[in-house]
Amino acid sequence: MRRTYGTPLPGLSKEHYRGRLIVLEGADGSGRTTEVELLREWLEIRGHPVVDTGLRRSTLVGEQIARAKQGHTLAATTMALMYAADFADQLENKILPSLAAGSTVLADRYIYTLMARAVVRGASRGWAQRLYGFAIVPDLTIYLDARPEILLHRAIGKYGSLDYWESGMDLSLSRDRFESFFLYQNLLKKEFEWMGHEYRFRTVDGNRPPALVHRDVRALVQPLYGRNLREETGEERSLREPVTRRGARAASG
Amino acid sequence: MGRLVVFEGLDGSGKSTQARLVVKWLQSRGYRVFFTEWNSSELVSETIRKGKKKGLLTPTTFSLLHATDFADRFERHILPPLRAGYIVVCDRYVYTAFARDTVRGCDPGWVRNLYSFAPLADKTFYFRVTVETSLKRKIASRQKISYYEAGMDLGLADDLIESYERFQGRLKRAYDRLADTDPLVVIPADRPIEEVLHVVRREIRPLLAGLPRTEALVHA
Repeated sequence: MRRTYGTPLPGLSKEHYRGRLIVLEGADGSGRTTEVELLREWLEIRGHPVVDTGLRRSTLVGEQIARAKQGHTLAATTMALMYAADFADQLENKILPSLAAGSTVLADRYIYTLMARAVVRGASRGWAQRLYGFAIVPDLTIYLDARPEILLHRAIGKYGSLDYWESGMDLSLSRDRFESFFLYQNLLKKEFEWMGHEYRFRTVDGNRPPALVHRDVRALVQPLYGRNLREETGEERSLREPVTRRGARAASG
Repeated sequence: MGRLVVFEGLDGSGKSTQARLVVKWLQSRGYRVFFTEWNSSELVSETIRKGKKKGLLTPTTFSLLHATDFADRFERHILPPLRAGYIVVCDRYVYTAFARDTVRGCDPGWVRNLYSFAPLADKTFYFRVTVETSLKRKIASRQKISYYEAGMDLGLADDLIESYERFQGRLKRAYDRLADTDPLVVIPADRPIEEVLHVVRREIRPLLAGLPRTEALVHA
């Protein structure tokens, strides 16, 4: 049984979810997705099965949200609830089964982004927190903190423009997309800072190059796996076979 | 601000019939009326249909998708006419979700929080009927009982009719409990339509004070 923030999901079994849930949070351009890839590689090489998950990927509503976003027509509450349905579907059908099977789940964003988006659009924190009360508490939440100026340059470098939603254009903060981007990202940043205390985020400075960020992230992840995750040398890698067999015997006994 | 009048109850409780008759009555008296029913929004109904067909829905996603649908309907079809001074008549409102989702196992407090953006109605009628009446009317109307209406997903019984009876029984108890805690006007709805309508009209009349009437619309 895993701890949740509020009332658990109806029908959530009492089974032991052995896997670890690691969440990466941060704005678009904070290096989150790159970090998920690096972390996945690092864990898998060491023999830990990894399943990654992100927002808007459920079979149930993922597509529907994409379509709704194109029209720019949905009101804030409706959008927040639809994202919650998408999240619940992935939690029940992907995250929990993967954890039960012992996999590490790497979440490229989690309920925190969804709560921040809802709150900057006028929802109360209490409403958002109760809405996501069924979410399980991650083993580790890493927040990649990057300044809006850095995010801006990464966004322009990557897409050549500023995205409508990442600039918070639906909030009518400014008709100028450049200005709106700054205002919106600052609102989100403030919300993330508040949540950082509330939910004990581990903050990593995301203004730096990926290699440096990754070093810090590894240092945070390592303790979750104890001795199983120490740096592996070439010699150790050739010895991995017997280790696996010993593990299998222990499991069957 | 207009008035919000809500009709709640089991399938076959006669609430939809009453709602439509009330709308006709109010219109004929020159009031601006807007009628809306649950699940009429197009936003997620397709997703819900798909999810139901493929058996993808759990109590939580079922609840959240209906809340999404309701929020969309509320923001588009309930709030604007209400602000414009209309009498908005709702065939089902948040109590449907409170009853249905808690019967499916969702936490009552969690469900209430989902819908906390919806204002309290000026009048909420709960049409109370026995499960036998509900079933009898359902069969008489020749509507097919759907998998979810019968609560087949709860595994209460293998037989559709039996499952329907048990599920509606649980819904009825959930509605009855709501009637104890929330300001619902309980209408014994096993009686003839005209008699029930008479009671409903009497309850609505006091709400009409101060609302503008379009004289041109009043029929002789």
